[in-house]
Amino acid sequence: MTSEKSKPKTIKTIKINVDKCNGCRACEVICSASHASPRYSSTNPARARVRVIREPLADIYIPVYAGEYTAAECAGRDKYVIGGKEYAECAFCRASCPSRDFFKEPDSDLPLKCDMCESDPTLKEPLCVQWCLADALTFEERTEEAAPQAAPEDVDAGLEALANKHGWARVRDALGRLAQED
Amino acid sequence: MRYAETGFNLEVDLTRGSIERVPTDPRLTELHLGGLGTNAKLFWDRVPPEVEPFSPDNLLVFGTGLLVGTPAPGCNRTVVSCISPQTRLFAFSMMGGFWGPELKLAGYDKLVVRGRSPELVYLWINDDKVQIRDASRLRGLGSLETAELIRQELNEPHAQVSSIGLAGENRVFFASIEQGRSSASRLGVGAVMGDKNLKAVAVKGSQDVNVARPAEFLQMCNEALQFIRVRAKNPIPGVMPILAGLGSPQEMAIHDEKWHTENFAWGNARHRRKDFWTDDVKAAWTGTMETMRTRLLSCYNCPMKCGAAISVDTRMCSYMMKCFSKLTYTMAAFSDLNFGLRIAQKATEHGVDAFSAPQTMAFALELLEAGILTEKDMPGLPADNEGKFYWLLDRIVRREGIGDILANGTYWAAKEIGKGAEEYAHNNIKKTEQLPLKLGMLNPIYFLMYCTGEKANITQIEGNFPQAPFETRAEREAFAADWEQVPDERFKQWFVEWELRGEKSIPQYPPVDATCEIVHWQEKMHYIDDATGMCAGLSSFPLKPPFHIHILPKLISCGAGLDLDEAKLNHVTKRNRTLVRANNIRRGLTREDEKPPEDHWRKRFPELEKKLLDEYYKFKGWNLDGVPTHETLHELDLDYVTEDFKKRGILPGEAASQSPPGSSKGGAA
Repeated sequence: MTSEKSKPKTIKTIKINVDKCNGCRACEVICSASHASPRYSSTNPARARVRVIREPLADIYIPVYAGEYTAAECAGRDKYVIGGKEYAECAFCRASCPSRDFFKEPDSDLPLKCDMCESDPTLKEPLCVQWCLADALTFEERTEEAAPQAAPEDVDAGLEALANKHGWARVRDALGRLAQED
Repeated sequence: MRYAETGFNLEVDLTRGSIERVPTDPRLTELHLGGLGTNAKLFWDRVPPEVEPFSPDNLLVFGTGLLVGTPAPGCNRTVVSCISPQTRLFAFSMMGGFWGPELKLAGYDKLVVRGRSPELVYLWINDDKVQIRDASRLRGLGSLETAELIRQELNEPHAQVSSIGLAGENRVFFASIEQGRSSASRLGVGAVMGDKNLKAVAVKGSQDVNVARPAEFLQMCNEALQFIRVRAKNPIPGVMPILAGLGSPQEMAIHDEKWHTENFAWGNARHRRKDFWTDDVKAAWTGTMETMRTRLLSCYNCPMKCGAAISVDTRMCSYMMKCFSKLTYTMAAFSDLNFGLRIAQKATEHGVDAFSAPQTMAFALELLEAGILTEKDMPGLPADNEGKFYWLLDRIVRREGIGDILANGTYWAAKEIGKGAEEYAHNNIKKTEQLPLKLGMLNPIYFLMYCTGEKANITQIEGNFPQAPFETRAEREAFAADWEQVPDERFKQWFVEWELRGEKSIPQYPPVDATCEIVHWQEKMHYIDDATGMCAGLSSFPLKPPFHIHILPKLISCGAGLDLDEAKLNHVTKRNRTLVRANNIRRGLTREDEKPPEDHWRKRFPELEKKLLDEYYKFKGWNLDGVPTHETLHELDLDYVTEDFKKRGILPGEAASQSPPGSSKGGAA
């Protein structure tokens, strides 16, 4: 088996150290202000693309960033126990989803997503990181090998399996249909 | 459009069960900013001096500062005002935390509560949806338990809750309002909340707070954060560690308690223990703190970590603490830190002030020792010292037996007990318990601050000027070299020349006129903060803070869309300060009330003290009785106060309106 030579890509990372978080929510404040229009003209953590999951009595402070929108909530919601503290799975989940009120524009309910403060000119670090004097949020850029493309033989093997199940005629029809839609 | 503020107050009448969203007059913002300033105006207009603290006509106002909810770091304070049951004066007890910004984000600058609910209720404010809800099942519960149960009932884990415990429900005169990370503890605001049958206020908001000049405003915020970063790495040399940085005194982070334990008084503010802080004590107390403290914590949008979560028996947080409340129970009971942190957990759930409660209990035990109270007054009092404090706390918050008398604080309890008990209520100013501090030589600056502070707490008026001179002139010059926060160069000079001993030392130095200016500057900075909601920890309290008189006018202007310079901000602040005083003068505050505890200093100087107070009153534009003169009131657009004062005979009528010489145009800029 051979694979195409993979290209390195740059991954922007915010490293979240929950042990260092003091729960001040400055990240929410500056995020919402910087996404206001005009910029910084208003503040509203409900519009922020980062929210601190705070359970002070349980000593839980987790900054979590808005990720993809999902139309449906999870069928089950698990719990993690880490170091004696019980976390809802949602505490680590980035989805803008029906089961939580985070990561939605309060006026329209439209989903929000962290854009890593992409702007022109580019910021040295996202603003939430700049405003986190507790250093719970730190910024890292790292390069990663892109995931290798599947080898042609792997595609052959998949198609053969489909043909064995549905017959070549139906697979050919399906391929033609999909190719047109594409 | 309104900037920084929402332009609306939420008015709730608990007698009638009515809820109104009331637009406010933008002119009032120009005149008073917000927070304490507009609270004072509201009380002047709506709470005449005949209103009793426990009357449905007393208001309970939660006033957020003007810049609360904007990105300004540390702007998260709420000023809670009512007529205090303890002082019977206008109270303003403050809290940081998260509640105030949430109220702003829900669309309100203030919550104004009047009347009295027939049943125990709580308020739920969720943007435009506001409900008065049944709280009968929360009766008797702790303040933090209450907050948690309300969040569960509403299924709103991120709602911010201010609540009272048993002490507030039972109208203990020093009951607090707790909100998890912070509390409004002084002057019995929790008792007034209890009197209104209001157990808690839960808030959640999702509306915008606007600023007028966003780019400039943000630039100033960024500069402040940069200042804080640099300062964290460069504490002020020659100052004790808890005061060398920013924020409130860093009691939660720093273990060395030599200064507090050896300089502050133990028991009922009585005993100095000059060799207390040994290596053994240090090791034991450090161990306690390291075991019980689970995390250092901030308030809303503030990088400082002045608070800590304290876990008494599990790794779960039991309550949050900050500053000197770490030691007040320990020192009142002559005990150790382990006891102090444990009983503070109960005290926080019950909701009592951590200055007044331990002192009142130590006072009771002194009366017992002196035979003024007897064992018959305290049936079932445990034999062990610490047990006694738990027992007394329980009686006080339930108002059972002797607790019913002690619940009124040392001043009123002593009056009721009689038999010479007044001698033991020795640490009060304006009927309320002060820091347990007993010193030798009179300090003129602190003399004036203790006398004239209307917040009933020295930490709310002291701040930007060092508490004592540094040992050498070289050290003082070094300190003054980059002291950009002073109003002008004279302040540097006064400090540089201030000696520990000799001619230029206390009580004769700083000279009276300089003392007036130094006191005025420090107080002024607190009044600015109380109007903007800026935490004193980044502004009026520490030495060399990021926010000061040369920066705040622009910050407020950019945030709120006002056009302030230093002169204008000074003028607004003087107006607020004067209106606070006017409320209290109208309620009977006199010069006679303005004195430190008799035994605060061993060495007293009656003539100097009289001169200090005379000159300071003049400087402030008050007459020799401490009443703002009609010229002062006129200059501050407060003619309506003059009218009222004349009607009440507080100021002479038109014909005889000459105020004492020198009292006009006091120069208090």
